[in-house]
Amino acid sequence: MKTITFSQATLEAMQEEMRRDERVFVLGEDIVRQGGIFGQFKGLPDEFGSRIIDTPISETAIVGASVGAALAGMRPVADMHFADFVGVCFDEIYNQMAKIYYMFGGQKPVSMVLRAPDGLVNQAAAQHSQSVEAFFLHIPGLKVVIPSNPADAKGLLKSAIRDDNPVLYFEHKQLFPVKGEVPEGEHLVPIGKAKVVKEGKDVTLVSWSMTMNLAIKAAQTLEKEGISVELIDLRTVSPLDKETILSSVEKTSRLAIAHEAVKQGGVGAEISAIVAEEALDCLDAPIVRVGAPFTPVPFARSLEQAYRITPEKIAAGIRGMM
Amino acid sequence: MCAMPERKEAVLPLTGYDREALKFFYETMVKIRNFELTVEKYFFEGEIPGFVHLYIGEEAIATGVMANLRKSDYIQSTHRGHGHTIAKGADLKHMMAELFGKSTGCCKGKGGSMHIADFSVGMLGANGIVGGGFTMATGAALAQKMQKTDGVSVAFFGDGASNRGTFHEAANMAAVWKLPVIFLCENNQWASTTPYLTTTSVADIADRAQGYGMPGVIVDGNDVFAVYEAAKDLIDRARRGEGPCILECKTYRIKGHFVGDPEMYRTKKEVQQVLEETDPIPRFEKKVLDAGVMTREELDSIAARVNKELNEALEYARTSPEPEVSALFEGLYV
Repeated sequence: MKTITFSQATLEAMQEEMRRDERVFVLGEDIVRQGGIFGQFKGLPDEFGSRIIDTPISETAIVGASVGAALAGMRPVADMHFADFVGVCFDEIYNQMAKIYYMFGGQKPVSMVLRAPDGLVNQAAAQHSQSVEAFFLHIPGLKVVIPSNPADAKGLLKSAIRDDNPVLYFEHKQLFPVKGEVPEGEHLVPIGKAKVVKEGKDVTLVSWSMTMNLAIKAAQTLEKEGISVELIDLRTVSPLDKETILSSVEKTSRLAIAHEAVKQGGVGAEISAIVAEEALDCLDAPIVRVGAPFTPVPFARSLEQAYRITPEKIAAGIRGMM
Repeated sequence: MCAMPERKEAVLPLTGYDREALKFFYETMVKIRNFELTVEKYFFEGEIPGFVHLYIGEEAIATGVMANLRKSDYIQSTHRGHGHTIAKGADLKHMMAELFGKSTGCCKGKGGSMHIADFSVGMLGANGIVGGGFTMATGAALAQKMQKTDGVSVAFFGDGASNRGTFHEAANMAAVWKLPVIFLCENNQWASTTPYLTTTSVADIADRAQGYGMPGVIVDGNDVFAVYEAAKDLIDRARRGEGPCILECKTYRIKGHFVGDPEMYRTKKEVQQVLEETDPIPRFEKKVLDAGVMTREELDSIAARVNKELNEALEYARTSPEPEVSALFEGLYV
């Protein structure tokens, strides 16, 4: 094991996969000179030269060109700068990238990764702070991964690059400087598999991305109060790992879900529905979802603080179930 | 700085064309025309479902362009994509079966008319989204450049699609990276039911090339020779690494926007007049017969061969089975 930041973990994944497969290349805004807006691509141009490409401010063309390049035999990794910008190129993601393999009868997969830094950071407000993974849960044909720590960041990015399907890779902006242990050598994390981070017996708490780290804190608080929490890091939003969640709920009889995104229509709603459909009999209490209120992300410190999910809010939600 | 668009006409004497090229022109145009007439008939008979957009009257464009392409070159097509697919060399049986929604279709019955593709001949897909192909053709051209081939990608689009943001993003990106993309405008005068001039800032789409520092060329899109010669210059230029261009082919959409369009926005007389004056197939026949480079018998024998192939395709499509319901979940992920 070694201790590196989330950002360094993604960089290692890129370096290893680009050395392994010369079809892999990177395109996005502010990559070559700046190393990406969050420095997550720093140093890649030195080693890989023309395989690291600065684009115009044209998100539509970035994603569309990535799809086209993938169809022509390359394996692009496109950077979205901020996940909020997916709205600019939504058609390229959901009508082209997601559908081409299926609607053309499996002639050619769209083997590409779209990296999208998401989440709250520095009071960036309404258009630079969102968590939008739920949009893509609703789109057949995409895979959506969302790591919460450096080891998963590396392992999931490597798996995403090797996957023949189009993969959206959400990386939380607050996580980039966060340090954690990453296994030495080849490290792959399977897509579509949630992880039981900690076993518990009273309640299942499902979370992911930055909020997973808040969920861990909430669980520590609750443990002191005598509530044993089973923690599941979802890691992949689509395809959703129903089995891990259902088998945990069968054991604990309670389900809570915590995510940074708006609660209404969030991934938590889908998880709740699955458990209600398939394991209602197991539940001893109504499901609790902890998610952001139904507003855009506000700017002022007081408002953002009221908006954001905290360990205290997660713990309070769970106390109410017991 | 690029000059104003050039208007080009066919200049090569017909005796300068080799016979194979002439045969390809006629065979391809007739194949597209009769394929489309067959599709229209079976749509009205209720055997072909979905939304269908016909290429009738525009055959000279796909034919003249594709005569310059290799199998390994790529095209991105449009919702009006049958002509492009045929001219790029797709098999008629699998195409027709796709339109009938059969398991033997080139997309296994998952796509239909608006989402037809044949990657085996470099046809990377029709698109139900107007203007969806620009950026993907640009990306395919980026791949061709990175792979150090001299391949090219052609993005077919209509006058209406030139108002999509995708056009402008792709044109800038292709120009700044000097990619081998041909932005191939089929200006058929109609953006669905709207005359394009009422919603487009320029009369010539090729004018927009200037803004992206690339050449723009305008040709009579109903003259296969003019299309072929202009496309040849621009495709050769792109193969040499000299970058993208716009080739605008002026044409006219003879049929409605879709099969079944009541066409309340124009008169039958207008359409009939344009057809009589500009139909690319009789124009081709007259030219080659007048020049003495092909005979009536040769033309008829090509048409007979095409019709035989088409009948076989139709029979194949009609007798093929629909996909098994189990196919619904197949091919979503690799």
